[in-house]
Amino acid sequence: MARKLLLEHDSVPGIETFEVYKKHGGYLSVEKALKKMSPQEVVEEVQKSGLRGRGGAGFPTGMKWSFLAKPEGVPRYLLCNADESEPGTFKDRYLMEKLPHLLIEGMIVSSYALGANLSYIYIRGEYMWILDILEKAIDEAYAKGYLGKNILGSGFDLDLRVAPGGGAYICGEETALIESLEGKRGNPRMKPPFPAVKGLWGCPTVVNNVETLMAVVPIINEGGDEYAKIGIGKSTGTKLISAGGNLARPGVYELEMGLSVEEFIYGDDWCRGIANGKKLKACVPGGSSVPILPAHLVTKTAAGETRLMTYESLADGGFASGSMLGSGGFIIFDEDQCIVRNTWNFARFYAHESCGQCSPCREGTGWMEKVLNRLEHGQGNLRDIELLEEINKKIEGNTICPLGDAAAWPVAAAIRHFREEFEWHVSHREESQTRNYGLLKESLVG
Amino acid sequence: MVKVTIDDIQIEVEEGTSILNAARLIGGEVVPPAMCYYSKLPGTGGKCRTCLVEVAAGSEKDPRPMPKLVASCSTPVQDGMIVKNKTSEKVHTNRGAVVEFLLINHPLDCPVCDQAGECHLQDLGFEHGAEGTRYEEERRTFDPIDIGNKIKLHMNRCILCYRCVHVADQLTEKRVHGVLNRGEHTEISTYIEAAVENDFSGNMIDVCPVGALTDKTFRFKSRVWFLKPMEASCECTKCSGKTVVWMFGNEIYRVTARKDKYGEVEDQDGKAGWICNDCRFEKKDPAQWNIIGPRTINRHSVISQGKYSTARANTQKKIENGDK
Repeated sequence: MARKLLLEHDSVPGIETFEVYKKHGGYLSVEKALKKMSPQEVVEEVQKSGLRGRGGAGFPTGMKWSFLAKPEGVPRYLLCNADESEPGTFKDRYLMEKLPHLLIEGMIVSSYALGANLSYIYIRGEYMWILDILEKAIDEAYAKGYLGKNILGSGFDLDLRVAPGGGAYICGEETALIESLEGKRGNPRMKPPFPAVKGLWGCPTVVNNVETLMAVVPIINEGGDEYAKIGIGKSTGTKLISAGGNLARPGVYELEMGLSVEEFIYGDDWCRGIANGKKLKACVPGGSSVPILPAHLVTKTAAGETRLMTYESLADGGFASGSMLGSGGFIIFDEDQCIVRNTWNFARFYAHESCGQCSPCREGTGWMEKVLNRLEHGQGNLRDIELLEEINKKIEGNTICPLGDAAAWPVAAAIRHFREEFEWHVSHREESQTRNYGLLKESLVG
Repeated sequence: MVKVTIDDIQIEVEEGTSILNAARLIGGEVVPPAMCYYSKLPGTGGKCRTCLVEVAAGSEKDPRPMPKLVASCSTPVQDGMIVKNKTSEKVHTNRGAVVEFLLINHPLDCPVCDQAGECHLQDLGFEHGAEGTRYEEERRTFDPIDIGNKIKLHMNRCILCYRCVHVADQLTEKRVHGVLNRGEHTEISTYIEAAVENDFSGNMIDVCPVGALTDKTFRFKSRVWFLKPMEASCECTKCSGKTVVWMFGNEIYRVTARKDKYGEVEDQDGKAGWICNDCRFEKKDPAQWNIIGPRTINRHSVISQGKYSTARANTQKKIENGDK
């Protein structure tokens, strides 16, 4: 069984309470960092670890921290992005439900490194019961002296608060998150200035994902170099994958980067293959916004190499034959799933979640949704498929925030790899309403 | 001062200037169109995406091109930056795409819209729009509502530039006007229609680039190109009193602020020349105004062309000269 860094004790009864968590090695990193290390040393450890943001973009965390502006007399903020709303992704939910103290621990160490004395956990409005779990844990941490004034006698003060959002996917975009936290409408801001210079209340701010902040704990405990030994190349450490869809054993898994995709899908320790003995048709490896891969490109890259669960390997081949690790929302489709319907479903989500601020995304996502709706319901024609390609080319890269890209990529990829299926929906309008296209092309490959 | 090159024309501008404002200093055809940016209203810009330009070289220090097109209104220039606007094929294509997006849900009711003739969306559509539409779905519709008793909001025509929201935010006392919902269903609205009552709300009409916000004291009275714009002034305690009155014979049909060629209010006495609601809605008697003289509308839209025949002659000349 692979090594676990975050989920080592997740099944211990009562791990969400301070006592049990502490007994299992909790809060050691706080003592180590605050008593023996300078903030700069903590940042250096994280840089050495090669940790990359676990929210989806995969930006090196140490580098992000080093960009933080440090003007005199201006407070700095650390925000935890717990607005996990990407369809297919549910790892942060599991982490926060089970290990609230691990998040608090990671945030204390990270806030210390960044010099933030007030930090927020911005949690999505749909996770209200987790808000209670977190607040209970925070109260315990205050009572034990791990939060508040002069933590463990180190002279470092930290207040930690939980702020719930109103239930908008867009608030997972860091500047929209900041706007929402300030009490405004969650519209992404124009960049530059970046949050590292001008973020919450106009002050330098770092926004990190839940899993990223948790990963800081083992990095400090074991050292950045040790952490960097796990994984392959620039994909270091462990990654949580929330596997869903037609899998025999879906769930949240922690894996060492570099595990092969084939092993992850079919391995006995992992997802144990496709449910009900069916065949694999397609896979969305990193949450709904990354390109979909057809079966023959899931376990092998276009060049015939084994595809691994790393940032680089999943992106191998670019958008032509690759995808992205994204946020780790691993969705599997079996032979009975309809790609057109699924694409429509994703498009509907993005049309619903577009903030409506900039024109390409506001109008484009709604347009794509309507065209896909027609195609799926047997009302489309061949021109619509080209129209969809046109629209998503026009949205991509022209918007304020990445939501436009996230809406365009899945549609572009679905048409790229499953064009026959879209065409079949046009040529077999009535049949497409009663049965699915099935494997056809994929079964020929094997 | 930093040097920036826009469409092969070099200019020195102050640091922190946006690409759009640098282009405006050059003037002429290198200026990207702007539907949401309004220099007199801080915080506007970046939303409509019509001002997208290509940055062929980021700066002298880092001459790499920027991977995506950038919104020229909210991207500051850097020393040695090379920008392509008119000379970039990519900009041309994507601006056309933005215009298409702006128009798919627009009712295209210019024949009954008061803004026709001075509408920025009309100009934009004329320059960058496609001949027909590829949009086969039903357009989204809203019912017209009142923003106070003098302003009508036709949300169907709105392109969500947020300019009026900034007017409500920055010029008026109470914040009663904002944005509801999201995505395609986003709308400008007031929670309580009757609650809008303040002295400067009328400026929303002036900043609106389309016919979404119209003057209820002027609606349906005349097409703008039949009116004579005259510079006028009056003694006003609330605002500068410097306006443009739009006359037909000896009657004043409507009053607006004095606007420059980008459709933005001009500075009067050193500050933005917003006008108050009294000047705009109440003073329709020529005796209340000191009428100075004719006002040139310095924008290439129907009103500044004077007549269609002039426009046609200009186009004819262009064709003969082989211009596009």
